[in-house]
Amino acid sequence: MAKRPARQTRRGSNMPQLSLHVPEPHYRPGDKVDYSWLPIPPAGKQPKPDESCPAAETHPLCLDLVRVLDEHNEAVGPWDPRLDPDTLRRMLRVMALTRAFDERMFRGQRQGKTSFYMKCTGEEAVSVAAAFALADDDMVFPSYRQQGILISRGYPLVEMINQIYSNRADRLKGRQLPIMYSARDYGFFTISGNLATQFPQAVGWAMASAIKGDTRIATGWIGEGSSAEGDFHAAMTFAAVYDAPVVLNVVNNQYAISSFSGFAGAERTTFAARAIGYGIAGLRVDGNDALAVYAAMQWAANRARANMGPTLIEYFTYRAEAHSTSDDPTAYRSAQEREEWPLGDPITRLKRYLIARGEWSIEQQEEMDREVAEEVRLATKEAEKNGILGHGLHHPFHTMFEDVYEELPWHLEEQAEQAIRERRIKWPEWKE
Amino acid sequence: MTVEETPLSLHDAPTKRMNMIEAINDALDIMLERNPNVVIFGEDVGYFGGVFRATAGLQAKYGSSRVFDTPINECGIIGVAVGMGAYGLRPVPEIQFADYIYPGFDQLVSEAARLRYRSAAEFIAPITVRAPFGGGIFGGQTHSQSPEAIFTHVAGLKTVIPSTPFEAKGLLISAIEDNDPVIFFEPKRIYNGPFDGYYDRPARPWNTHSASEVPEGYYSLPLGKARTVREGEALTVLVYGAMVHVAEAVLAEKGVDAEIIDLRTLVPIDIEAVEKSVQKTGRCLVIHEATRTSGFGAELVSLVQERCFYSLEAPIERVTGFDTPYPHSLEWAYFPGPVRIGEAVDRLLAS
Repeated sequence: MAKRPARQTRRGSNMPQLSLHVPEPHYRPGDKVDYSWLPIPPAGKQPKPDESCPAAETHPLCLDLVRVLDEHNEAVGPWDPRLDPDTLRRMLRVMALTRAFDERMFRGQRQGKTSFYMKCTGEEAVSVAAAFALADDDMVFPSYRQQGILISRGYPLVEMINQIYSNRADRLKGRQLPIMYSARDYGFFTISGNLATQFPQAVGWAMASAIKGDTRIATGWIGEGSSAEGDFHAAMTFAAVYDAPVVLNVVNNQYAISSFSGFAGAERTTFAARAIGYGIAGLRVDGNDALAVYAAMQWAANRARANMGPTLIEYFTYRAEAHSTSDDPTAYRSAQEREEWPLGDPITRLKRYLIARGEWSIEQQEEMDREVAEEVRLATKEAEKNGILGHGLHHPFHTMFEDVYEELPWHLEEQAEQAIRERRIKWPEWKE
Repeated sequence: MTVEETPLSLHDAPTKRMNMIEAINDALDIMLERNPNVVIFGEDVGYFGGVFRATAGLQAKYGSSRVFDTPINECGIIGVAVGMGAYGLRPVPEIQFADYIYPGFDQLVSEAARLRYRSAAEFIAPITVRAPFGGGIFGGQTHSQSPEAIFTHVAGLKTVIPSTPFEAKGLLISAIEDNDPVIFFEPKRIYNGPFDGYYDRPARPWNTHSASEVPEGYYSLPLGKARTVREGEALTVLVYGAMVHVAEAVLAEKGVDAEIIDLRTLVPIDIEAVEKSVQKTGRCLVIHEATRTSGFGAELVSLVQERCFYSLEAPIERVTGFDTPYPHSLEWAYFPGPVRIGEAVDRLLAS
């Protein structure tokens, strides 16, 4: 139909026409960015309720922003976890290591060593500080951007790189897309490519732990975009109904590929506010403030362990780089957003805090950056001995048919024979 | 934990008359007792004991941490089952009607079916999803579906369908013990008695049928193995669920010496039993209630064609439901009953 002016009444009718609202982000490529419209509450002003408080007592915090590090690089307010400098230095190092790892792996993809990679740049505190606040055997049901948790728990970088390269030594036998890690011994659930499926699974694990009278809790991780999926609702409902000992984490990094958070409902309210509707505890926290992240996770973990039920935590952060190696954010957002982000960079802020306290220095930071880059470089060289992706085919063909079931049924044995026959014809020189 | 009973041969075991619901209930009771990691949950299965009474009495006996009601959310039911399995429990969730399984389909296909594979067996999903399926009860399109073919197509899932109380108890126990995810479809039409396809004849209860003599105590029937319901020479019938009895009745009435194979497990299928029978009889009839196009019958016909072509005396016949949503008033027009089966048998034997 031809274009019509908006809100024109129909001929003969005195009723206005309906029109559809489609969310638009504040800035598009080329726009000048000014975040003065974004309310940033002052650090230290948010109350910290008792971990066993009624859920409703946390609900004002769902519309607030728990902050510890202020603009002067000081820790203020009741949410300050009062961590010792050694712990904070370790945290800083793990965050820097995660970033160095991301850098290298991204470059590796661009160099053709693998097919795909996803960085978590700008979100290091969300994963690392949270991991520090959990016990190592608390179960984690991650999305694909919580590699910081795995690195925090000491999972060998070489293993991660083997998986990214789908090489001979990949424990997952080259079956998964890069970065879809699985690490049972590190309390890290196998990553799925389907969004949000891990959320109700986290609740189920927590329910099981409660059924068995265990003391371990579960945590689920989801992006703000994925919180629009039905699985989010399933998880929240089950967590609320069974008072599950689970911490449900929404990492609001503002973007789901090219779609800003408005498409998941951010124009209406916060993501933490979903807790209000379900009647569970909720927190909204500055995801770029390592101290606040630690404090929030610690609060929620303690609450869960005390049988006081689930907490929904929204980490307000910014996806500093692309969604993945297949994405180019210059096509849909202004490059100035990252620079102007009012809550800064998580590594920079923790570094400045430690320096301000006299517990760190620029020289130590530079030295550490060199060390972690070297650590990553060495791990990469080690992993590359096992091969890079190339044209694939690094695993015996029979492995394609294993683990579909516990035992191979007859039809998979037949199909395996066929695959191996084809291999002999197509790649006669290929050795098992 | 229970004290291990002295093993008894199934033949000598004391039995009790049970209908299929009671047999399923008994299997669940035994597994709850035997394995403290078994948990049962679903809509209305806890206090009330399930809309078909399959879980009656279990919550009272084992407590609400082991048998409990859930929200109306099949995605959540399967999703938490996957998480529980990852913890180390052995969940047996119930989906109230197979027609409602679809909201849980993503968790079944993208997650449960693939956990072992994508984690190189670090994580598994030893879950058994029970659901009443099939028509013949005037349930209309949302209480009568047979969606088994949607699941047999998914690598990593097993699909099991019992046909008698004896079968149901033994297969369900096996399914629960299996470390792979199993879809256990229970033909609701035969919960209370076998069905011969003649809807206008009085319904028979199970206690008139030999397969309602169910051994008490623990026993299991192997997955991946079919059973020969009746040996014969004239033709092979490949069938499962309620249609086993319809086939039996129709072929007996027609006086045909049919070999009837109850497949029991659709995936992995007992291909040896299928091949052996078709090679013997040279004629094959596949029967299922589900819609025709891409139904499991299509897979069976392909397997028989590929592997037994030179033994065949006639084209394989496939008797199925129609490619429509399951109707209400026209229930018995849809249902693959004696007329449709009879015609197929006649065609099969004519060539």
